Amino acid sequence: MIRSHVLICAGSGCTSSKSLYVKEALEKELVRHHLEDEIKVVQTGCFGLCALGPIMIIYPEGTFYSMVTVEDVPEIVEEHLLKGRVVTRLTYKDPAKEEESGPTSLSDTLFFKKQKRVALRNCGVINPENIDEYIAMDGYTALGKVLTEMTPEQVIQVIKDSGLRGRGGGGFPTGMKWQFAANNQADQKYVVCNADEGDPGAFMDRSILEGDPHSVLEAMAIAGYAIGANEGYIYVRAEYPIAIQRLQIAIDQARKYNLLGKNIFNSGFDFDIYLRFGAGAFVCGEETALLTSIEGHRGEPRPRPPFPAVKGLFGKPTIINNVETYANIPEIINKGAEWFQAMGTEKSKGTKVFALGGKIRHTGLVEIPMGTTLREIVYEIGGGIPGGKKFKAAQTGGPSGGCIPASLIDTPVDYDTLTAIGSMMGSGGLIVMDEDNCMVDIAKFFLRFTVDESCGKCVPCRIGTRRMLEILDRITEGKGEEGDIEKLEEMGYSIKATALCGLGQTAPNPVLSTIRYFRDEYEAHIKEKRCPAHVCKALAQYSINPELCKGCSLCAKKCPVGAISGELKKTYVIDVSKCIKCGVCMEVCKFGAVEKK
Amino acid sequence: MKTLAELAAIREKMKDKVALREEGSAATRIVVGMATCGIAAGARPVLNTFVEEVSKAGLLDKVMVTQTGCIGICQYEPVVEVYTPSGKVTYVKVTPEKAKRIVEEHIKGGKVITEYTIGNK
Repeated sequence: MIRSHVLICAGSGCTSSKSLYVKEALEKELVRHHLEDEIKVVQTGCFGLCALGPIMIIYPEGTFYSMVTVEDVPEIVEEHLLKGRVVTRLTYKDPAKEEESGPTSLSDTLFFKKQKRVALRNCGVINPENIDEYIAMDGYTALGKVLTEMTPEQVIQVIKDSGLRGRGGGGFPTGMKWQFAANNQADQKYVVCNADEGDPGAFMDRSILEGDPHSVLEAMAIAGYAIGANEGYIYVRAEYPIAIQRLQIAIDQARKYNLLGKNIFNSGFDFDIYLRFGAGAFVCGEETALLTSIEGHRGEPRPRPPFPAVKGLFGKPTIINNVETYANIPEIINKGAEWFQAMGTEKSKGTKVFALGGKIRHTGLVEIPMGTTLREIVYEIGGGIPGGKKFKAAQTGGPSGGCIPASLIDTPVDYDTLTAIGSMMGSGGLIVMDEDNCMVDIAKFFLRFTVDESCGKCVPCRIGTRRMLEILDRITEGKGEEGDIEKLEEMGYSIKATALCGLGQTAPNPVLSTIRYFRDEYEAHIKEKRCPAHVCKALAQYSINPELCKGCSLCAKKCPVGAISGELKKTYVIDVSKCIKCGVCMEVCKFGAVEKK
Repeated sequence: MKTLAELAAIREKMKDKVALREEGSAATRIVVGMATCGIAAGARPVLNTFVEEVSKAGLLDKVMVTQTGCIGICQYEPVVEVYTPSGKVTYVKVTPEKAKRIVEEHIKGGKVITEYTIGNK
């Protein structure tokens, strides 16, 4: 009789921290102690606390162990599983509580308390490779309900009433999109899932695909019924091998149970899903480029109108939704539109999954009701900034988004409030920056990414963003000129207005938003040739502190360009005009006399 | 599968298997002492019986069965503490047979079996 379940995260993050070796070691150890009939080991999807992986949770107590290694396993088995004594040195400690407040249960941690897991409801709870466990959590009940009790119009109405908006970044009302596709008559229609999560630092969709793939399959079948489509495609990026594997297993299992295929639940409705893989192009996450790619062409966007709901894949009416949007659908059908409406703000209902990254303690995945403030996300759920550093800004929306400065940290996060302050929700990537980040450098990082990923079809993006990047490069190399900021602004706004697709239309956002809130940093780079955060190497000024210099001459010997001069036992001096800012002098000085400003 | 009834059957069968992972405050907890003294006195069969009986009663998601270390009254092992909204009861010298009665009368029926409690020794 199984009396305890040990859940081990097998998402990409923990797997790369060797969680599968931990699982193997655990299974061996259980056999050694003759516990294999009492303890069940379950591999699950992402719990969200990726910075502290491998994660292990023991039920029924809900004890939360973090950073578990293979060496820890014998102790956990003997102490906790056999004798019931929690191994406190391995339990997760809430950084907010200084003293060891005893073994923390999962739901007591500040990290989880403020979260509301809807899209991530099964991640970290079930084994994603077992369809029966998905069914135990009411999986496929929504599909059953839809096919036996509801008409397609009723399904669309529920989704419309719920207020669900696209979670891929656009925030377009999902019910309305389905309605458009349902209205168009055609001999064939398609349901597509955009799983080409391309934003750097975003892994919300990956975790859902790895941890709860059936929720997406079920939702796509429901969508197919609603709009009148029998075929679905999931376009998943090839860089997600575990997600691809889990999806294929899930599709096979669903087909075996006839939850996909012909005449599902004897309703006369057929639906099947096929996988298509991306090949590394960020632009293929843009809906029309994605469809073009499935059709077998180079991923390039198309002008709209006509929108995919009218003329999409292979010219037929198509709905294309994001993974997280789909993950919400079964719950909305099962629990009703009102239940969903009760969460979130007036115009942004429900929850949003965020991937927290950058200068934050709890790097990982969180799901919170819309309307939660940035302060709560950073300091309460995120655990604050490590090293006691000051919060400077948070970037949302990846390369398409903007930054939220510290002065606006009490902004409630939802689609419209973020757009109003010059950022956007985006797909959910949230990068936290502290006083040691240079905002000009950050803008350059994101713009370099979009320039690289531009498909080249339209002039504003192909040429315009590149010219903007050239200006940013000059500025960060100390060659900024008067008028550069104005040029960036002018070009930015023109590109936003004229580019063919979302990539180009949003590429200038990081630049425009950092100029809006951190203009002084740009001016320091240009007018004073100074980087306030000491990041831009070319603007760094190296100097020797005369009080600490012992005159050993090591730096002068190592300097590749002979920029340091002096006499033995006397203070050495760096000639700033010759210095190439390589930093070798600082590395070799044994007295810490070289300073960087 | 072709019918909703078949789906429901799988769900019912599996619900117990994942019920152990129900996160949340279990209003009722059965804590079995599993320190060395407890194990030596035979606490493991007692623990397993509790899990079986609670599962048979369909209460695995509302009643948490777990272990703990040395409670301190080693001569009375196996010791089982039952926490309910009405308070805590300590049962001593528990056997698998007594465990079955405890689940039936105390957990399901709400009546403490005073002859098994520590106060009665």
